[in-house]
Amino acid sequence: MKKLLKSGNPYIWLTAGTLTVCLLMIGGLIVLIMINGLGVFWPHRIAKMTLQDGAVVLGEIAKRESIPHQKDSYRTKLKVGNRDVYGMDFRWVDNANIVSCEYPTESLVFERREWGNMYGFLKGLKQGDDIKPVDLKEMTVLLGTSRALFKKIRRIEKKEIGNINYDMEKYRLELKRLTFEQPTERIQKKTAAIRAHIDALERSYREKEDMLTGLYTRAREKEIVALLADGTEKAMPVLQIIRVYAPNKMGFFAKIGFYFEKLWEFVSGEPREANTEGGIFPAIFGTVMLVLIMSIAVVPLGVLTAVYLKEYASDNIVARFVRISVSNLAGVPSIVFGVFGLGFFIYFIGGGIDKLFFPESLPSPTFGTGGILWASLTLALLTVPVVVVATEEGLSSVPTSIREGAYALGATKFETLWKVVLPQATPGMLTGMILAMARAAGEVAPLMITGVVKLAPSLPLDSHFPFVHLERKFMHLGFHIYDVGFQSPNVEAAIPMVYTTTLVLLFTVLILNLTAILVRNKLRKWYSTTSI
Amino acid sequence: MVQHNIDIKRLKIPEPIVVITDLSLYYGKTLALKEITLDISKKKVTSFIGPSGCGKSTLIRCLNRLNDLIEGVTIEGNIKIDGQDIYAPAIDVTALRKKVGMVFQKPNPFPKTIYENVVYGPRVQGINKKSVLDEICEKALKKAALWDEVKDRLRTSALDLSGGQQQRICIARAIATEPEIILLDEPCSALDPIATAKIEDMLVDLKKDYTVIIVTHNMQQAARISDYTGFFMLGTLVEFNITTEIFTNPREKQTEDYITGRFG
Ligand SMILES: Nc1ncnc2c1ncn2[C@@H]1O[C@H](COP(=O)(O)OP(=O)(O)OP(=O)(O)O)[C@@H](O)[C@H]1O
Ligand SMILES: [Mg+2]
Repeated sequence: MKKLLKSGNPYIWLTAGTLTVCLLMIGGLIVLIMINGLGVFWPHRIAKMTLQDGAVVLGEIAKRESIPHQKDSYRTKLKVGNRDVYGMDFRWVDNANIVSCEYPTESLVFERREWGNMYGFLKGLKQGDDIKPVDLKEMTVLLGTSRALFKKIRRIEKKEIGNINYDMEKYRLELKRLTFEQPTERIQKKTAAIRAHIDALERSYREKEDMLTGLYTRAREKEIVALLADGTEKAMPVLQIIRVYAPNKMGFFAKIGFYFEKLWEFVSGEPREANTEGGIFPAIFGTVMLVLIMSIAVVPLGVLTAVYLKEYASDNIVARFVRISVSNLAGVPSIVFGVFGLGFFIYFIGGGIDKLFFPESLPSPTFGTGGILWASLTLALLTVPVVVVATEEGLSSVPTSIREGAYALGATKFETLWKVVLPQATPGMLTGMILAMARAAGEVAPLMITGVVKLAPSLPLDSHFPFVHLERKFMHLGFHIYDVGFQSPNVEAAIPMVYTTTLVLLFTVLILNLTAILVRNKLRKWYSTTSI
Repeated sequence: MVQHNIDIKRLKIPEPIVVITDLSLYYGKTLALKEITLDISKKKVTSFIGPSGCGKSTLIRCLNRLNDLIEGVTIEGNIKIDGQDIYAPAIDVTALRKKVGMVFQKPNPFPKTIYENVVYGPRVQGINKKSVLDEICEKALKKAALWDEVKDRLRTSALDLSGGQQQRICIARAIATEPEIILLDEPCSALDPIATAKIEDMLVDLKKDYTVIIVTHNMQQAARISDYTGFFMLGTLVEFNITTEIFTNPREKQTEDYITGRFG
């Protein structure tokens, strides 16, 4: 026994075992998320079940499990869709109750803009009181035209009317600002000119509105009729439908194509139906932008602090105390930073900015409310210890001999620091930044009180001058997960979204980090060949 | 009486450029150098020998005030270079270090290209014109006997070179600053005989333009290349004389023991 301990082997087993456990847990987590998240967009077959009481149900099989406390009995969870008809998306069926189960090739999934999916059969196109039968091909053409129409409507709603509103708000604020000044003749002239602008805008606004109403009525005219499982007919405007597909007819490759189409829609589209459907692009965008602004803020802050602590401050009690405090900051609960951000950045600084630069829009705040800038700065404070510690480590790793080499050539302390020490410490700093980015991308709590929202009307980056709108509220993947998973009115339908969003969050962090690592390696090379 | 005392300690030499008088140095409270007095002759090679830990490095680091960087170092006595007290408060330390170049025991090139390593000093001095820098680089590398080996790879990292080449890069880097005095702290300790021979040849060559002070553990090396030799022990200067005198006719018993290998 003693010999065994002395040989050191048990310690190797212990450490290796611990490592294995850690790896297994991480691997298990990722695999769980992948399994649950990646399967969401796969077009499952549609089952048609006849039950003992004669009822017929149609839907995707979501889950099969044994009934608790009953031996050898199973039940099936069916996604029956048609929320507007049945009230909910899912239904449990006892396997004992199922008389027959088949997979009719003609059954279709209607993906709708509202009320979730509908499962049924295509009856035809409504024409007056008649129903003209259509097949899937004709249906695709119909959908194409309706999609074009929908795009046009969206463009008018978002872009054109949005621009008008934007300009109108600008003029309104200008008017208000003018009222603060002495009513000289010049000012009065200006006021009149602005009034004229506003009138013109209002006219074009009404025009657009008329146009929209026209488009909508035209779009609603075309209705199709679907046959549900229980034999009832259901009519709906073509405009309502995003796509129609027959999963039971699809081959393997068609399914793969469909899968990627849906995946692309997910990462590039906007959310629908209280975030439970559609895409998450605004959340991805918000997360990336948040992390980037945070990095821009945290790197100088952390690096300068670390340089002072390491290179200039003598190693006395004060410096040591500061160092310990900085490290301890990393252990403060993140919500505390959120509260600080709210009190300091939003109310104090933001409020001050509003009073100084945006008095015309008060009492509605511009910077005095949550926004992406304040959230980023709060996260920067939260992650500054990481950067400080990593930079200090980077600075320590620069050997004294190299510093002395520079001094011996007549370089001053600053020149040595700037040209020899800092370049060599850059990998350390960037490692700190990478850790900070990873930490910030996963942080949700402080964001909730500094500007994240479940649905942001516009991205913080758009075509309106000055293009970057740091005061705007934003969406975030982490908050999206929380919102969809726990705040959604339709939790069951949203669960798959939770996993996919988590997966996207992981990928986003991964890609951000990989980019940073690439930049780090490039920089290292670059530094070795420049005169800096 | 005092005057007489100093005359006994101090060897008369032609054209003294460095004049060290009663130099003592403490690391915190430990004495590392004790009342060193010696002169160094201009455009000659002076070598310092002595057992490990006797304070050779400490002494030459005093000459470019590199010891200032170590906390807790106190210095007594004085050092004059070109008649100027280098520890006087008004002295510009960076200017001093430009005048007194140094090559370290372990090669310490910057993690930059060969070219950037060599022109680092001139850049610090504010020279930025490429043609001038190119010329300085070539001249310095030629003096360091490295030009032929690296002229085709000036833009590659200096860290890719061999240890001996790296040491010569460091020498070229020191030369490129156009110093008057070059300090070398055991520059050949990590090198093979061939690289050592190259550097020795180069040092003898350098004597034409520079004052060279070299610390070495290699007795033959000191005998081969230096004009004057100082023997140190436990922080004191035991003997300082013309090299041939030291090696053929040492006055002190300790010196004799050390150079004949009977030391310890
Ligand atoms: N930074 C330092 N802090 C405290 N003591 C030091 C420091 N550097 C050197 N010493 C001490 O000063 C004495 C002289 O050291 P020095 O480095 O000058 O010796 P050396 O003659 O160069 O030896 P070697 O031949 O091994 O390089 C030694 O006893 C050493 O321990
Ligand atoms: Mg030494």
